[in-house]
Amino acid sequence: MSDLTAMTLAEARDAIRAKTISSRELTGAFVSAIEKARPLNAFITEAAENALLTADAADKRIASGQMGALEGLPLAIKDLFCTKGTRTTAASKILGNFMPPYESTVTQNLWDAGAVMLGKTNLDEFAMGSSNETSAFGNVINPWRAKNSNVNLVPGGSSGGSAAAVAADLCLAATGTDTGGSIRQPAAVTGRVGLKPTYGRCSRFGIVAFASSLDQAGPMTKTVKDAAIMLKSMASVDAKDSTSVDMEVPDYEKLLDGGIKGLRVGIPREYRMDGAPAEIDALWSKGAEWLKAQGAEIVDVSLPHTKYALPTYYIVAPAEASANLARYDGVRFGYRAEGVRDITDLYEKSRGEGFGAEVQRRILIGTYVLSAGYYDAYYSRAQKLRTLIKRDFEQAFELCDVLLTPTTPGPAFGVGAKTSDPLEMYLQDVFTVTVNLAGLPGISVPAGLSENGLPLGLQVIGKAFDEATMLRAARAVEMAADFKHSPARWWSV
Amino acid sequence: MSVDKDTVRRIAKLARLAVPESRLEPMAGELNGIFQWVEMLGEVNVEGVPAMTSVVAQKLRWRQDKVTDGNQADALMINAPGGEDHFFVVPKVHE
Amino acid sequence: MNAPIKNKLLKGETGEWEIVIGMEVHAQVLSQSKLFSGASTQFGAEPNSQVSFIDAGFPGMLPVINAKCVEQAVRTGLGLKAKINLRSLFDRKNYFFPDLPQGYQISQYKDPIVGEGEVLIDLKDGETIQVGIERLHLEQDAGKSLHDQHPDNSFVDLNRSGIALMEIVTKPHMRTSEEAAAFLKKLRAIVRYLGTCDGNMDEGSMRADINVSVCRVGGYEEFRRTGSFKSLGTRCEIKNVNSMRFIAQAVEYEARRQIEVIEGGGTIAQETRRYDSKLGETRSMRSKEEAHDYRYFPDPDLLPLEFEQSWVDAIAKTLPELPDEKKARFVQGGLSSYDASVLVAERELADYYEELAKGVDAKAAANWLNNEILGRLNRDGLSITDVPVSAAANNSIIQMISDKTISGKIAKDLLDIVWTEGGDPRAVVELRGMKQVTDTGAIDAAIEAVIAANPDKVEEVKAKPKLAAWFVGQVMKQTGGKANPAAVNAALKIRLNLPDEG
Repeated sequence: MSDLTAMTLAEARDAIRAKTISSRELTGAFVSAIEKARPLNAFITEAAENALLTADAADKRIASGQMGALEGLPLAIKDLFCTKGTRTTAASKILGNFMPPYESTVTQNLWDAGAVMLGKTNLDEFAMGSSNETSAFGNVINPWRAKNSNVNLVPGGSSGGSAAAVAADLCLAATGTDTGGSIRQPAAVTGRVGLKPTYGRCSRFGIVAFASSLDQAGPMTKTVKDAAIMLKSMASVDAKDSTSVDMEVPDYEKLLDGGIKGLRVGIPREYRMDGAPAEIDALWSKGAEWLKAQGAEIVDVSLPHTKYALPTYYIVAPAEASANLARYDGVRFGYRAEGVRDITDLYEKSRGEGFGAEVQRRILIGTYVLSAGYYDAYYSRAQKLRTLIKRDFEQAFELCDVLLTPTTPGPAFGVGAKTSDPLEMYLQDVFTVTVNLAGLPGISVPAGLSENGLPLGLQVIGKAFDEATMLRAARAVEMAADFKHSPARWWSV
Repeated sequence: MSVDKDTVRRIAKLARLAVPESRLEPMAGELNGIFQWVEMLGEVNVEGVPAMTSVVAQKLRWRQDKVTDGNQADALMINAPGGEDHFFVVPKVHE
Repeated sequence: MNAPIKNKLLKGETGEWEIVIGMEVHAQVLSQSKLFSGASTQFGAEPNSQVSFIDAGFPGMLPVINAKCVEQAVRTGLGLKAKINLRSLFDRKNYFFPDLPQGYQISQYKDPIVGEGEVLIDLKDGETIQVGIERLHLEQDAGKSLHDQHPDNSFVDLNRSGIALMEIVTKPHMRTSEEAAAFLKKLRAIVRYLGTCDGNMDEGSMRADINVSVCRVGGYEEFRRTGSFKSLGTRCEIKNVNSMRFIAQAVEYEARRQIEVIEGGGTIAQETRRYDSKLGETRSMRSKEEAHDYRYFPDPDLLPLEFEQSWVDAIAKTLPELPDEKKARFVQGGLSSYDASVLVAERELADYYEELAKGVDAKAAANWLNNEILGRLNRDGLSITDVPVSAAANNSIIQMISDKTISGKIAKDLLDIVWTEGGDPRAVVELRGMKQVTDTGAIDAAIEAVIAANPDKVEEVKAKPKLAAWFVGQVMKQTGGKANPAAVNAALKIRLNLPDEG
């Protein structure tokens, strides 16, 4: 095959099983693609040597007929997953050269299935951001460029490195984490598939925490089928995570092609927002028509508290983060400031120097909303709003089986375009954040190009733990959209 | 509710973040922008609505009382910026 | 219920004051592993050897609750006759300290696992007082900082980090230092009976924070009547008092200090103080001056803690007899209230006593235990768990006294022998011929021998009947102490023709 890196995960898996390619060949192709793609800054840590060794071991197992579900398939891992013996940074200076003495459950599941790790991908610092511009290791460049332009665009965030790596064919698939849209939004603006599972489906053990009640790991892939394959391996019931849910993980791939005849697809009217670009609305309507044409029933539904989701999120997430990030204090691991007077000075300087501006801003927001006298007005009220937002979905799901919405309010934007106004940046997550607040699964599927030639996604939202139906609907969108575009490989010339 | 410079200073102290004096005022401005936007939650009548304590309907799983962990003082110390004889070391603490 | 307050007042310059005391006790839960991790709870291990990455607050680590700790908290709640909450929440209490690796302590704030209960305490004068329990909640212990290893640095050991604690909070229902000490003793007895805490204060398994305030006479009664804390004075919290002895001293000092401040025209600032046992005074804790704002919120890593009433009922069925019930039974068995309360204070002591008293007179057994066994233990610096002579062996000694096989005096000698040399008391009595002589022939012979050797005394005793005791002693000596003293007395009376009341 001429370009091994252009294969989908499913194709590569089948080729390996058919022994038409080896894991070594495949891994080697990605290793050199990664080297060439350094201008994208998609990886914080490349693990070429280890990847090739793992590939060789996989090839041996393949030869002996012992094959895991992902045997020999090279993946990229968001640098928020702790990987034993491989530096894990969360894209923050404060973690220094943290070398985890343990492996996250999700990555362990992947290695147990035979997958190969190519490296750790860049992200917004502690996954706080929507453009991958808050990383202490520099921002990631979107492989896509607008029509007739060579202006660098952001890849979305926070899983921007994973998104760029999948979009630029630097891996077969990647892991991401999604707290307010961090898988789906970057997938949408890089023309790829991103799936956030139901809260509790994937273990959070070993993933650097941002906001514990919202964080959820998921796959970023080239196709919906690949997402189904990845999710099956990533998900598990984990005794080490109290919020991991005791529920069997179905074989999503098998359930994928059932069609959507009779499926009730809800269109939440509150997602039609004033001032949203016309092309977003147009794409959304087109998506509904595609599904209708395949036999789905389109239902108008209401999610009345939608507009409160983003402000609710910006209370709950920073509050949890302010406590989750208290452990970065320069005592047991990570960055420690020099020349400190006393223990308080050590804390304040290590944290002041170790955390970037956006992380500090969110810690301050979170500390404020939890502080004496403000708890009821902010945090407690936000958690009540969350109950209302979840109820909205429960009521909507009495009328429909899945929801269809846009993923983002627009295509990828230029590097630095939104960094001066945190609020404008936060609005990137307006369509994705509701799903995190309600704990539901959501998937973004590339559905078309914007006027200036940049990818746009549509989001399918499923019922809790019904990723299978959600994936079927997503597959239907994918087939109808027939999105065959890919970015020009300007970086490797 | 408006956040001023002193509030930022107090919050930063609680969060153990060294925020330079020159950043306090701009930070107060940024936080005010965010909190003004968040004020819209005040419109919603939340009377009788329970605050969410878990997003999934699941019972807390309990662990058996067995010793399954520990005896790894070396592994615990490998990332420690200050460490001596299996102790973490910090500037003297006055209790 | 409560005695007249007269004996509970402190006299100041300007009149009398009442003391009001409440307590927060941290009791370490008896379990193999920690509250949220699988690391061991064993005391005294090498530094940082009993630490999981969860206890050390490493990135991505998550808490998973230990079922045993939940059970122990429920058990303790039942022992405190308290309301068990079938749904409770874990919260994060946020603050920075080197021995708090997560930057927050997982605790229970608004919704604790155990609600209101009560503890009865017995005072020396026979008064019984009811102390209300406000709540009991589960939380993580912190690690330990060592400050004396290095001139400029502190060393942090996280072995204790994450061990389960029960924080037991009382209502302000104690009025004297004696009551405070008695409460802690009683609480300790209850948790030890239940097997939920070892109560070892030296190892820090039980630590008390004591809230002390003073008010004018009548303030406390008003508080009890109205529930309004306004009728009480401002309280100060004395942190981490870790010995029974210091509790009384600390309370006493603190109350006097507050009275002096108020009488001097000052006001009491609500603050945290530390008791310095060397100087015998409490001092304000300087480093805690910064206003705390713990920013409690429900821990999103944990779901609400929920269980069924049937599970609580099943635990209730396994509860042992507790000190109050045991005491009542002992009293019914013939012991005085005081003796009974002393015996039930330690479960091991009560257990020992029960075996000791099998089939013998309760009072005799209690006396034997108090006078002979505890006396020797005290002398040897041993505790009841180290007693070298089993309760069964002692029981046979008491039986031999009561069936007159041996005399009371010989019994003490016998106990000394088996105490140091071991052996079965009955066999020792046989082997060494220690049996009491009740055979009148042998006693008469001994009497004749004494009379023959002491004709002068025989004359004397006629004028001074009190001298009969001397004869008894001589006869006992003659028989090697084995003669039954009552029989000797009776025989002497006849032989010497003495009046009856001697």
